[in-house]
Amino acid sequence: MSLTRRATAAAGAALAAVLVTTTGCGDDDANAEPYDPDAPVTITVGLFGTFGYEEAGLYEEYMQLNPNVTIEETSIAQSAPYYKALQTRLAAGSGLEDVQGIESGFVADIVTNHADQFEDFGARDDAAAVKENFYDWKYAQATSEDGRVVGLGTDTGPQAMCFRKDLFEQAGLPTDRAELGTMWSDWDGYLDVARQYEASPTKPADSSFVDSPASIFSSAVYQGDLAYDDEDGNPVPDSSDGVETAWSLASEAAADGLTAGLDQFSDEWDSAFSNGAFATIACPAWMLGYITTQLGDGGAGTWDVAPLPGQSEQASNWGGAWLGVPTAADDKEAAMELVEWLTAPEQQVKMFTREAHFPSSPQAAEDPAVAGATSDYFSGAPIGAIFGESAENIRRTPIGPYDTQIQEAFTTALGTVATAGTDPDEAWESALSSAEQVTGG
Amino acid sequence: MTITSTSPPDAVVLGPPATRPAVQPSRRKNNRLTHNRWGYAYVAPFFLVFGAFSLYPFLYTAWVSLHRTSLSDIDGGTWVGLENYRNLLQSEFFWNAARNTLTIGILATVPQLCMALGLAHLLNYQLRGRTFFRTVMLMPYATSIAAATLVFAQLFGRDYGLINTALEAVGLDPVDWEGGTWSSQIAIATIVTWRWTGYNALIYLAAMQSIPGELYEAAEIDGASRWKQFLHVTIPSLRPTIVFTIIVSTIGAVQLFGEPLLFSGNGTTSGGGSGQYQTLGLLMYQQGWSNFNIGQAASTAWAMFLIILVVVGLNALVGRLRARADR
Repeated sequence: MSLTRRATAAAGAALAAVLVTTTGCGDDDANAEPYDPDAPVTITVGLFGTFGYEEAGLYEEYMQLNPNVTIEETSIAQSAPYYKALQTRLAAGSGLEDVQGIESGFVADIVTNHADQFEDFGARDDAAAVKENFYDWKYAQATSEDGRVVGLGTDTGPQAMCFRKDLFEQAGLPTDRAELGTMWSDWDGYLDVARQYEASPTKPADSSFVDSPASIFSSAVYQGDLAYDDEDGNPVPDSSDGVETAWSLASEAAADGLTAGLDQFSDEWDSAFSNGAFATIACPAWMLGYITTQLGDGGAGTWDVAPLPGQSEQASNWGGAWLGVPTAADDKEAAMELVEWLTAPEQQVKMFTREAHFPSSPQAAEDPAVAGATSDYFSGAPIGAIFGESAENIRRTPIGPYDTQIQEAFTTALGTVATAGTDPDEAWESALSSAEQVTGG
Repeated sequence: MTITSTSPPDAVVLGPPATRPAVQPSRRKNNRLTHNRWGYAYVAPFFLVFGAFSLYPFLYTAWVSLHRTSLSDIDGGTWVGLENYRNLLQSEFFWNAARNTLTIGILATVPQLCMALGLAHLLNYQLRGRTFFRTVMLMPYATSIAAATLVFAQLFGRDYGLINTALEAVGLDPVDWEGGTWSSQIAIATIVTWRWTGYNALIYLAAMQSIPGELYEAAEIDGASRWKQFLHVTIPSLRPTIVFTIIVSTIGAVQLFGEPLLFSGNGTTSGGGSGQYQTLGLLMYQQGWSNFNIGQAASTAWAMFLIILVVVGLNALVGRLRARADR
């Protein structure tokens, strides 16, 4: 079985690599030369997934504005391996790019444990003006306790509720997004519509109302005062109001068979999009792109976008990123200027119109090109207005370093309620002990 | 981690012990060293690489396992002595993973070796196109573990998987392969079995071909059927080889990692909704690379290493006792 052995060996080799690199710890902070803004400089940018700056032509534009600058981007497809690599490089203090992408899933870890390894955007001369460019909560999430700003916001993931018009129609439900928004002004209303859907004799037999209990849980949890952490960023999954409410809603939906019981981002989930296996899904702005990819051109006009339940009280954010400059970077000043330019409102508007990334800047979100945007693919939904209103209603919920893992603990436990009929109380206990395993050690 | 470098004791692998050239007693020790220095020079690179990539990580893992430390700050951990090991032994997740590793190991190893033995026996006959069959048997082994697992995960899919479609076609209820405890473990064991049966069959076949033909002739004269010949000539002659394959398979089973990781289909490391197919290897990966608790992961790695030592030791002991009893 030496090949299965080799798989473990790969993990082992990764650790070995980590061990070898960490022993060679050293900071090169000998960069004391005065900054010359016109000297030729190459800025390296390390990102994950699809930030889309290259595709949107923004690097090109910046290099034309600043002929002395050359930008080189390296990108890793998934954020999880990217973060693992970033962690080992932070530990080693070498191998870092001049600009590094920071995702919402690990910004809290960076802010709590590695703030002093990133340049402070709050200490710059124009810091006060730059701060005004961002939603308060977005700026605050990248700010450490002692006020260091480790990065500036790129996009955000304000959430809405996507629904399939054709399935709603077959089930005899209204398909008007405003009417649905009123029907599910809160999550109880949403569950009522779900029950009507499941009770309908005319809905497609193999379809469910919502893809996964995770759709409900992960959105509702950020509508509480607290999600997974208290004000100081300490994990409190067992006593937070957000978790409690979200769990009771999602476990009810799961136990009552209102969900398709799919794991989000699994192969089955992907197939379920094109098979019409569910009628609604909680969708942050970037999810529209995902749905479009899954359905292709033929899917135009099947989905529509309505507001997220409970949004008027408090909206919910899923995902989004920041750009930071490590202190170990070679050309910090040039890199920070690039980051400021890329995250400025004008560029965020371009990123929305060209790449459909929703801005983290209220000025950009209010720009007519964003606020007035509609999507033909999503049945002409006024997506600029819907996501703009959602982003406007996001309050700052404290985040912590383990949110991704804690959320996974809860959503997998909810999966067992939906698919294996596990008792919700039992699933709650097992989710808590999984969460404790993450945070306890 | 460095458990990967553990190899089974040579004595079990080889049939007759290699004849060692008798050392001439008259030669002085000093002289022998000079005489062999090229030998040492030739083996040195191996031991340098071994030291850097096996021994050093091995010891460092032990050191890390005595600290509370995170992935992004490995050297900055605090000394906690044996606390990680204590936590591990008190953790329901460890025992769950250990139990799963054992059951998946049995589900995968036993059918795999039985089938391999049967296949080898069949291939030992004078068949037309023998080389073709032998090559085909090795194909799964040559397939990438990730590719194979991803294909199997789709076959075992709940809603759109081929196996459930087939079950429904013959009027049976579809199975939520990934969601159930036994169903998921059987599915993973199937992947392992598919992958390693041919490999083991070839090892058996090689050993079978070295069994002297006279033994079979004698058995035939005594009136033994093919089946009796298999039971009383082939199996006893293969015993050292069988012990070897059991040991290698057991080590592989304890370290099972890639299949359960990829079987979930969305990269989660929890091994299913209730950890129903989380193995020790996967638990270690979850602790270290999902939860970033490298100290705890290192202690799990060492626990796996100790388990392998114990299991391999038991295997070897049983093999030796059997061999002695037969003599």
